[in-house]
Amino acid sequence: MAETKIRVLIAKPGLDGHDRGAKVVARALRDAGMEVIYIGLRQTPEMIVEAALQEDVDVVGLSILSGAHMAIVPRVIHLLEEYGLSNVAVFLGGIIPDEDVLVLRELGVRGIYGPGTFLDDIVQEIRREVTAH
Amino acid sequence: MSATSRRRGPLIASGTETVTQALAGERRAIARLISLMERGGAEARQVLSQLHPHTGQAHIVGITGAPGTGKSTLVAEMAKVYRRQGQSVGIVAVDPTSPFSGGAFLGDRIRMRELATDRQVFIRSMATRGSLGGLARATADAVHVLDASGYPVILVETVGAGQSEVDIARVAHTTIVLQMPASGDEIQAIKAGILEIADILAVNKADLAGADNIVTALQAMLDLGSARSEWHHGQLLDAEGVVSDSSGEQLSWRPPVLKTCALRGEGVEELLAAVQTHWQYQCDTGVREYRERERANDELRRILRHDLMARLLDRIADTDLVDTVERIVAREEDPYSAAERLIAASGLEAG
Ligand SMILES: Nc1nc2c(ncn2[C@@H]2O[C@H](COP(=O)(O)OP(=O)(O)OP(=O)(O)O)[C@@H](O)[C@H]2O)c(=O)[nH]1
Ligand SMILES: [Mg+2]
Repeated sequence: MAETKIRVLIAKPGLDGHDRGAKVVARALRDAGMEVIYIGLRQTPEMIVEAALQEDVDVVGLSILSGAHMAIVPRVIHLLEEYGLSNVAVFLGGIIPDEDVLVLRELGVRGIYGPGTFLDDIVQEIRREVTAH
Repeated sequence: MSATSRRRGPLIASGTETVTQALAGERRAIARLISLMERGGAEARQVLSQLHPHTGQAHIVGITGAPGTGKSTLVAEMAKVYRRQGQSVGIVAVDPTSPFSGGAFLGDRIRMRELATDRQVFIRSMATRGSLGGLARATADAVHVLDASGYPVILVETVGAGQSEVDIARVAHTTIVLQMPASGDEIQAIKAGILEIADILAVNKADLAGADNIVTALQAMLDLGSARSEWHHGQLLDAEGVVSDSSGEQLSWRPPVLKTCALRGEGVEELLAAVQTHWQYQCDTGVREYRERERANDELRRILRHDLMARLLDRIADTDLVDTVERIVAREEDPYSAAERLIAASGLEAG
């Protein structure tokens, strides 16, 4: 009777123009049985976290190609904490330099995916993150 | 502990506290209660019992129509006008669950970007999770949560399946059916059945050619309908579409046909004025109570059906059911007698 679905918010923060990659990931997650709340382009950290709160998601997935990840991701994580949502797992897609990867992981980003990542790996890791032990 | 159990665990222990927080308008608590409604089960029922005394306050407005007619865009524009009037707004937007994967792509928020950081607007996306009829099983319960939490207006966007979105008429006080200009076979695009659930007809994308044709076609259909003196939501419509009592007061409702351009926010204030007029009409004529009673009746029967069925199945061994099916297939027993026999054997009828 009780039905629990993994709910994932997918957002494209920053000012860069297209969201093809984010949509591809969103579709893959849907096809893996997840409920994907897709909020689209030009999202500020405030918009993202407010949506995460209202939608009661398990995971927030951010796609950032503009290079603005160090401005955006720490702010999202900070706001999640402020909203009492520190249990929401944050995943990040984009071209992220190695030194930033370390910092972001340290901050609590659960998965960071560059170009060429297999969609299946993202699906598996989100599943593991949400349902593990 | 996993993110899921960490996040959802405490609710089990402190459902009442979460209810108290939601009643006080705390958004995180509201969100979690809606998730609980989606999961269903005994705890959800318990919470609904606690919420029930606080419900019945909101004006629930449904927006339905074929895919891409502009429902989400219009909902966002409506919410903006309500906000200018100083009202907070709850929104439930339903999109279909994929029958293949069980997942869903919920994209209605894309059109509601301007509302994203307004704390007086609460938006929830919902997947149908297998329900037909345009809403999710838990949509009505999510609306109860928002109602009890103090949102005076709740907008419900149905799935845009384009056919049998009839559930919305049971959940909403006022149902807006959206149409848009189409090239060619406009008349065919207006599905039968839509007039029965529409309290207001809106032709969106009025900036496109052909909007007036749709308006004319809809008016003609309404004329046909009222010429036959149809019952509309329990009220008799005469040839003029209006029934008056001895004091000359208007007792029935003919859906107005309005044009909107959600993209530019045009016609939205007029639409809200019509929504308000419909609400006032329902309050003044007793239609509101009539529908409320209808809704309660529906809900009670649905719960009884579900609970009785569950109790009955509890008392019948699975093997017994399987055997019975075999006998029906083998023409050793007919299904009616079989049902009688199983109910009698269950002991539910005792006394
Ligand atoms: N020209 C024009 N386009 C509009 C208008 N309103 C909405 N649209 C466009 O129509 C498309 C669909 O709008 P949505 O609001 O997503 O429609 P919907 O009915 O919610 O769609 P589903 O939820 O997928 O069924 C978008 O590209 C909108 O920009 C309008 O008044 N005029
Ligand atoms: Mg929509």
